[in-house]
Amino acid sequence: MAEAATATPETRPLVPHLKLGETRDQDYLAGSRCQNCGTLYVGPRQFCAKCSSQGPFATERLSSNGEVYVWSIIHQSRPGIPTPYIAAVVDLPEGVAVNANILGVEPKPENMHFGMKVKMETEKVSEDREGNSYIAYHFVPA
Amino acid sequence: MREVAVIGVSMIKFGRYPDRSVQELGAQAGLEALKDCGVEMKAVEALYSGNLYQTSGSGQRILQQMGQTGIPVVNVANACATGSTAFREAYFAIASGAYDMVLAIGSEQMGKQGLLGSGGDPATSPEGRVGSYIMPSVFGMAGMEHSRAYGTQQEHFALASVKNHFHSTQNPLAQYQKESPLDEVLNSRTIAYPNTLLMCCPTGDGAAAAVLCSMDKARQYTTQPIKVAASVLTSDPYTDRDLTLPDISTLTRNAAKIAYEQAGLGPEDLSQVELHDCFATAELLHYENLGLCADGEAGKHVASGAPWINNRIPTKYEEDIAPLQDKTYQPRSKAVVNASGGLLSKGHPLGATGVANIAEIVWHLRGQAGNRQVEGSKVGLAHVIGLASACTINILQK
Repeated sequence: MAEAATATPETRPLVPHLKLGETRDQDYLAGSRCQNCGTLYVGPRQFCAKCSSQGPFATERLSSNGEVYVWSIIHQSRPGIPTPYIAAVVDLPEGVAVNANILGVEPKPENMHFGMKVKMETEKVSEDREGNSYIAYHFVPA
Repeated sequence: MREVAVIGVSMIKFGRYPDRSVQELGAQAGLEALKDCGVEMKAVEALYSGNLYQTSGSGQRILQQMGQTGIPVVNVANACATGSTAFREAYFAIASGAYDMVLAIGSEQMGKQGLLGSGGDPATSPEGRVGSYIMPSVFGMAGMEHSRAYGTQQEHFALASVKNHFHSTQNPLAQYQKESPLDEVLNSRTIAYPNTLLMCCPTGDGAAAAVLCSMDKARQYTTQPIKVAASVLTSDPYTDRDLTLPDISTLTRNAAKIAYEQAGLGPEDLSQVELHDCFATAELLHYENLGLCADGEAGKHVASGAPWINNRIPTKYEEDIAPLQDKTYQPRSKAVVNASGGLLSKGHPLGATGVANIAEIVWHLRGQAGNRQVEGSKVGLAHVIGLASACTINILQK
């Protein structure tokens, strides 16, 4: 009886704007810059919503240091997601922003402030049924 | 473009109807709106049906209940602005001269599923691992952006909930008709800071309908035709934090500017507003987006009493709210906001919401809003925003 070849489990980024290195300290966030108008986007991009061109786009490495623009503390989420956690929008020095969890801080309003300096880290957060591992990024106080 | 009138409206009490189908709710709303203006089904030339979760065929299924006359049906989906977009399509059908008499129905059955959704395979979902994308988070952060810019406190946002729950006690069609004083709002459990449970709209089922016709024919059916003075739809323009922090403000500001120009009116001319308070934070942002107050003054505006029925804080809440007031504040607009109880208390069955707003304003303009009547209401603005994003503004005039 023929069986489908068992694929070797892979290590994958959880979101497309995270690029994985050989080790976790080599992981980085990537952007795409429109070569027509210069607009920088987070993650891969085929078309430009600002100048309506088809690019082309050049991939750029984004900084792993940023500042908290806004945040919320989420106490009720989808089933299976542990709460509470701090969800934030982090501004990067390149002029783009990313969504991220903030770790290393107890999730209480008094512990958070606008403009808080943070740095990116990555870690394995899940595994699917085929055994593939997923790496996500988060930010911690810098 | 011809002048368009709303001549009949209806709304099914928002709530939970597990034993009725959504097309039955829609059909009941449709028939009641026709009865409201004495128009027969056979006189209706087209139906615009707003329904988000069961969009395809929603209008045809409603007609299978209320009258299968073979008229054209357009089914509309546009996030939370679904019902109001259906209304706008109905408006254009009359304004263009294509039809003289059309029906807009918004309906939705949400059950208890809520707005969180399942989100697919938890192993590969970024939700809760790489930030949060659920509605409570989006609107929590939108409020925090206002706090960042202007120092707005959680208590200010909470006042929108106190006000709207207070208003809803006089609306028999609201899903909830229960007061919630400031301490109760602040002490209910946090959903997504700064919004607590009572600062989030409920989910539910419901339907609403409006009959539109050309103004020149409206007086055959009613002595109180309501003029559609503006009907506007916008989507969100590109912003630097696009897709990270959905921008609910720019498209509302754009829509308001166009709507005020179309109507030849300004925010100071509005008697009342039904705006999209899906979360308490959103209500304050939209005071500024609609020009009811200057930027940064939304907290002072709600605390001043201006957007409350009778333009004042109820006596029993005065002591709670006094510390949040700026006695020197002068409101730009005295429009009463969300006299119906708003989404926060009236409820928010997605596809029904935009048409229900129209019904609410029509009742006030006719002087039929019972104990919650905004005295002498002459002009009302209905605002809806759906993420992705879509914003509608309809201005109705006596």
